[in-house]
Amino acid sequence: MINVQNLTKRYGDLTAIEDVTFNVQKGEILGFLGPNGAGKTTTMRILTCFLPATSGTASVAGYDIFEQPQDVKKHIGYLPESPPLYTELTVTEYLRFISRIKGIERKDRTEALTRVLERCALTDVRHRLIGNLSRGYRQRVGLAQALIHNPEVLILDEPTTGLDPKQIIEMRQVIKELAGQHTVILSTHILPEATAVCQRVVIIHKGRIVAVDTPDTLSAQLRQSEKIRLTLRTPSPETAEALKTVPGVVSIFQEPSTDGQVFMVECELGRDIRTELAAQAVRRGWGLLELTAVKLSLEDVFLQLTQEESKQEEPKEDALNGEPG
Amino acid sequence: MKSTLAIMGKELRVLFNSPMAYVVTAIFILISGYLFYSIVLFASSQSMQILRVQGALPQINLNDLIFRPTFHNMAVILMLTLPLITMRLLAEEKKIKTIELLMTSPVPLLAIVMGKYLAAMAVFTLMLGLTAYMPLLMWYYGSIQWMPILTGYLGIWLLGGVFIAVGLLASSLTENQIIASFISFGAVLILWLIGWISQGVADTSLGSFLTYLSIGEHTENFIRGMIDTEDLVYLATLIIVGIFITHRVLESQRWK
Repeated sequence: MINVQNLTKRYGDLTAIEDVTFNVQKGEILGFLGPNGAGKTTTMRILTCFLPATSGTASVAGYDIFEQPQDVKKHIGYLPESPPLYTELTVTEYLRFISRIKGIERKDRTEALTRVLERCALTDVRHRLIGNLSRGYRQRVGLAQALIHNPEVLILDEPTTGLDPKQIIEMRQVIKELAGQHTVILSTHILPEATAVCQRVVIIHKGRIVAVDTPDTLSAQLRQSEKIRLTLRTPSPETAEALKTVPGVVSIFQEPSTDGQVFMVECELGRDIRTELAAQAVRRGWGLLELTAVKLSLEDVFLQLTQEESKQEEPKEDALNGEPG
Repeated sequence: MKSTLAIMGKELRVLFNSPMAYVVTAIFILISGYLFYSIVLFASSQSMQILRVQGALPQINLNDLIFRPTFHNMAVILMLTLPLITMRLLAEEKKIKTIELLMTSPVPLLAIVMGKYLAAMAVFTLMLGLTAYMPLLMWYYGSIQWMPILTGYLGIWLLGGVFIAVGLLASSLTENQIIASFISFGAVLILWLIGWISQGVADTSLGSFLTYLSIGEHTENFIRGMIDTEDLVYLATLIIVGIFITHRVLESQRWK
């Protein structure tokens, strides 16, 4: 549905994005993840034909963004980072204007308007001036604007910024419901969001793509060691020492918890020592409460990838991987 | 065409949902009305004087005595007020980033520019229409010739059209409305004043060229009651050039 190849954008000497290549399948939600200034917005602006790229090609819904920009624009719904709203208009006036410039036929406009008002839960505020709406409602009007012509492709630039937690959950729900009928690219710098909403994630850093995969595979790939979380009700003082003797264990971190002691056991990659740990705990009567393999969160993956990148640029000797679980 | 009308409609809604259009129109009507009143007062005191000296009611040409100075006043007031209508047209869109919405919609860039131009023209036409009470009053209480008044209105309308084209261009250059209004005011004033220097260089070809460039020169015939193709071409060219450069400026800003 979306095909991006070797896209590069330079502003004078500054390279905003370099050699960006990825694909999005029909009906998929793709997360575009990266720190602020990584090039997410630039990429999205190129895909929406707002900015021309310096080199590279891309096609959206089968149309080339350089050759057929008008066709691309017809098939895209775009929500920029700050929703593009006219505060002097009411919600209905605004959406009617949008339906006109998106080329919806006159007879279909009212239906499109009713549908999108309902979908974005805006029916109650439809006659109010946008300038008087709260941040959450404005964001929804922005989304309604992107959805009104029922586009095949949706490009959402940080759709949840500035919303309160309840609104964030609602917004994510709306986006999830879009999958299947629409192809969605969503940018965010909030990592749990990518895990919660997206089927695949592109991690971009300093204008380059550093990883593309599902959130699960990414964390699996980047695990350098397995971590196991072990909660014991009645550990003895020498428990830590005893655990270290289990073959494969690399290091142990202790932290107190409400019902006993938590031990984070780091062990060699590809070696499952859970059964041995359980056996030990039972044999010595430590009161085993919990034993779980800890997955590397997307957050860790993200930090690791973006830090590795900076390390390559300014090499330092202390490549210690010493972050406690 | 459809999208031009859509942009124009939205622009008018924004203008009339905010106080801007009303304030500018009101100020324009107030000042032009005040100046009209003072001209009428002056004209009547003058004719009273002539009546006393000559002992008979003189033949006064109301068109010359009242409407020529009135149109001149209107031109000056428009120079000051129209930049306030045009300043927000594109600068505001850039500031609040809605330009991104317009540029990513399947709307040709020319439709955006034309929609904005026509919206400002509509407001201006309304402003001008509201001054129709002036000739109607004079027609009711005196005798006037309508044709020179209509050509005068045509001249002022085209002049305003040039001011709006210049204002639209100024608005495309910046995202600051105040800067936009100042640029357009300055540019229009230069167009107005450029002929003044020609008196010093009157008999050279430069002098006549500068006189030709001056916008006041080209509205004068309309106000006198003449439609000259040369003036039409001059004013229409300025309008088209203004719109064209605006289009190019917006296009080039994408590439920066």
